[in-house]
Amino acid sequence: MSFLLTCPNCGVREVADFGFGGEVSPRPASRPESLRALAASAYFRRNVAGVQREWWVHRSGCGQWFLAERDTRTNDVKWTARPDEAPAATREPVRA
Amino acid sequence: MTRLRPQPAERIDRSKPISFSFDGKQVDAFEGDTIASALLASGRKVMARSFKYHRPRGELGGAAGSGTALVQVGDEPGVRAAARLVVPGLRVEHQNAWPSLDFDVMRATDKFGGPFTPVGFYYKTFIRPRRMWPVYERVLRKAAGLGRLPARQHERLWETEYRRRHCDVLVIGGGLAGLSAALRAARMGADVVLCDEDVEPGGALLAEGRHEHVRARADEARAAGVEILAGAPALGYFDGLVPIWQGDTLHQVRARQFVSATGALEQPLVFLDNDLPGIMLAGGARRMAALYGVAPGTTAVVATVGDEGLEAALGLHAAGIRIAAVADLRPDAAARPAAERLVAAGVELLPATTVVRARGNSAVERVVLARIDGAGRALPGSARELHCDLLAVSGGLVPASSLLLQAGARSHHDAATGRFLPGALPPGVHAAGAVAGHPAGAAELAGTAAGASAAVALGLGGQKARRELQEARALLDACEPAAPQAPVPACAHDGRGGGKAFVDLDEDVTVKDVRRAADEGFDVIELAKRYTTVTMGPTQGRYSQLPSVRVLADHTGRSLADVGLTTARPPWSTVPLGALAGRPIEAAKRSALHARHRELGATVRWAGDWRRAYDYGDPEAEALAVQETAGAIDVSTLGKLLLRGPDAGELLDRLYPNRMSTLRPGRIRYGVLLSEMGRITDDGTVCRLDDETFYVTTTSAGAAAVERWFSWWLTDWGLDARLTDVTQGTAAINLAGPKARDVLAAVTPLDCSNAAFEYLEAKHAEVAGVPCLLLRIGFVGEVGYEIHCAAPQAQRVWDALFEAGAAHGLRPFGLEPQRILRLQKLHVLIGQDTDSESTPYGAGMDWTVKLDKPQDFIGRWALEHAAERDPAHALVGFSVPGGRIPHEGAVVTVGGMPAGQVTSARRSPKLEQTIGMAWVPHELAHDGARLTISDAGTSFDAVVTTKPFYDPEGAVLRS
Repeated sequence: MSFLLTCPNCGVREVADFGFGGEVSPRPASRPESLRALAASAYFRRNVAGVQREWWVHRSGCGQWFLAERDTRTNDVKWTARPDEAPAATREPVRA
Repeated sequence: MTRLRPQPAERIDRSKPISFSFDGKQVDAFEGDTIASALLASGRKVMARSFKYHRPRGELGGAAGSGTALVQVGDEPGVRAAARLVVPGLRVEHQNAWPSLDFDVMRATDKFGGPFTPVGFYYKTFIRPRRMWPVYERVLRKAAGLGRLPARQHERLWETEYRRRHCDVLVIGGGLAGLSAALRAARMGADVVLCDEDVEPGGALLAEGRHEHVRARADEARAAGVEILAGAPALGYFDGLVPIWQGDTLHQVRARQFVSATGALEQPLVFLDNDLPGIMLAGGARRMAALYGVAPGTTAVVATVGDEGLEAALGLHAAGIRIAAVADLRPDAAARPAAERLVAAGVELLPATTVVRARGNSAVERVVLARIDGAGRALPGSARELHCDLLAVSGGLVPASSLLLQAGARSHHDAATGRFLPGALPPGVHAAGAVAGHPAGAAELAGTAAGASAAVALGLGGQKARRELQEARALLDACEPAAPQAPVPACAHDGRGGGKAFVDLDEDVTVKDVRRAADEGFDVIELAKRYTTVTMGPTQGRYSQLPSVRVLADHTGRSLADVGLTTARPPWSTVPLGALAGRPIEAAKRSALHARHRELGATVRWAGDWRRAYDYGDPEAEALAVQETAGAIDVSTLGKLLLRGPDAGELLDRLYPNRMSTLRPGRIRYGVLLSEMGRITDDGTVCRLDDETFYVTTTSAGAAAVERWFSWWLTDWGLDARLTDVTQGTAAINLAGPKARDVLAAVTPLDCSNAAFEYLEAKHAEVAGVPCLLLRIGFVGEVGYEIHCAAPQAQRVWDALFEAGAAHGLRPFGLEPQRILRLQKLHVLIGQDTDSESTPYGAGMDWTVKLDKPQDFIGRWALEHAAERDPAHALVGFSVPGGRIPHEGAVVTVGGMPAGQVTSARRSPKLEQTIGMAWVPHELAHDGARLTISDAGTSFDAVVTTKPFYDPEGAVLRS
């Protein structure tokens, strides 16, 4: 895997400069009913083949956490932004 | 010397003679010569011995990518003689021949056939008996060596520069097409990089009389801002990343658009003994003459299947080399314009004729030309033997499409021109010139169109540019296609015995080998390639692709299109492993006090990324000293975070299961960090410095992860606080023991009495004049002070403590004694005594969880579930009456069945017994329960303890 990402602070860098934080998977607003439901929210991810919103951190740079939308099939990065500047949720991820 | 008269395009500077050595003998050269051109000019044709049969080999391709003449330069093996420029005093040696290049005893493997000949021999023979492989391997490696490395690691000095370059357009290949593409894209406003493996851009035209034109083009490109990397082969295409190797620099280039203008590769002809030195590709021989003023021979025979060979013959003739004859396999060759010019120049042209055998001892002396039948066999009575010392061959063109194929294009056989061409290109990838099948005359147009499409794809140029691009494409489509290529026999021969016909000179693969592979079932090109290693040598099949496909097609009765081309894998050009493997790695971390530990004779070991003092020679005595007098340990490795802002307390309350926002300034609280599933991930202390500032410590190994955890939640929740990681810049020393207070009091103006500086209090004070943060905490169970200061001043604090401590028996102690001490207190070591399944309840740390606090916190939901029932397993202390020390990981058994495991065990010198911690079934987690520990084949009893072995109520700590 090798591509470029734009850190909202530092600009364009190689992907190796960044840490991956996984797909955005909001924490439930309240305690899930069962332990199983809690475990599912903690561990299960959609893992789409398509565009997903995900977390990245500029590990070898400023340390900023930011959001990105990336096509997991092509590593084509649509945008990156701080959470407070991120576009509203786009269309549902494509399932292959 | 076999130098020609000065040639118009030559690169050498005849006014600057230099010399170097080859196998210890002086070789004269000119500035600008390559090793290959200088050796050829000195009359040396044999430059190497082949990899398997040790046959003499010379320079075949005459270009940077050529791999038949590999030499050793100093400590560097496998250097391509035609790519490396000569510098004065260069020490060059041959490879793979003993005792000398001209007399190699291993040639016996070739001369007498014997067991080394057939393909697959290694796989079939040396596999049994299995245990003998190391012996075989030693012999075989020596026999088939391709150079040598210095034996000792420290002599293999390799320094690689790494450079990352992001640009708009990367053009690979600096011929006319590539230069035109780069120029066009740059003029439309793109940031362009162009790389070429030759020492200067220009490509094939440099040696074909159009050097002035391409050199002018290169100057224009430079002036337009194109960054030109010369002597810089592209190694591969990795998902948009192209590594380019130049001298000692690895450029990691990532472009938004790629243009491949890598040209086409002339292929050798296959006939008997087609590997003799003195046999060169026609284009290569022409380059040697035109660019280096070298005559690769005095009398040449040219054998070709297309116009390229005719053009090369004209070039050689014009350079002053006598052409004995030109054999062109095409029956209608005489009608070609180039042929007419040859005949007009007085050169004998033999249509429908090819070379079937070369003769000569260590270099070509005579060649046999003949008309052939469909199977490549000489027609009776047609053979003619000619004297020559250069045989220039031209066996058709293959596009150098490897990078395009690596990028995802598929190659197909174009029936109209009889050539393999790359098919549809992936987005952002363009091809121009011979690699795309464009005719030579359209190189400039094709390049311009490719450069324009790259720029337009980037959004440059606007409407007008788009129109111009369409026009250029239309013109290109209207061009007359490249001349069709004639069918070429898989192997031309005279029907007599003797001689070998090579398909791949890199790997010493013969026609017979490929046929045998097909007979054994490896009849698909990808399988035949792997079985015979054809096209897998140092040139990655540059000069063996077409010959191997022709042989397989012929032998299996299929067409070239059905057989297909293989994809040459990276690296497309050779690159020293050191350039790829020697990437910078994480440096070992050492605390600011490391020099002191060394002076004190510490045993230094790895602890995560850190080099840490494990002990200073006697861990038990060090542990005892802490309990009887005083000890100091370097704890600079602890993670240290500063959290500041109005929401700092809120963040901590949401991340720790206990209350942190209620801490008063100057107070300290211990806490664990949990995952969403309530598992312990780290632990440490939180100290409130003022209303909005907290100083957080983490475990040494968890520092980076905790920093990321905190900053992630801070960003996600959008809380108003700032996190600063001060781990590296801050040193910390833990001073502990009954005399610790006396030692500290001697070096600080602070009132250190118990009333003035209580347990779990934090104070700012000077120690030995250095501003420090002092935390009164006690991981080792004695009165203790953790002294934090700026790392550069740590030695001063350390030295002052030991100066003052001398009278009190202060000793340094390492990690090992610290582990004995904390075990006496049953302090859980996160990651040692816990794993990814451990909750605070199971680990006996219920007191760290405050489910009654109002805030939600990470892990709360899981712990609420967990609190409803007793954990199945619990972490308890144990002692071993018999004194045995179980290994960490030893099994706790119940009724002979595994039921738990030991996580820590040490001998306590203070208690004079073996103590430890273990996970046991819940029903055994009470004081006095008997355990059976099974370790290394024996079993013994242990007794459970749930209270610390030492100072269970913490009275000592608070004193």
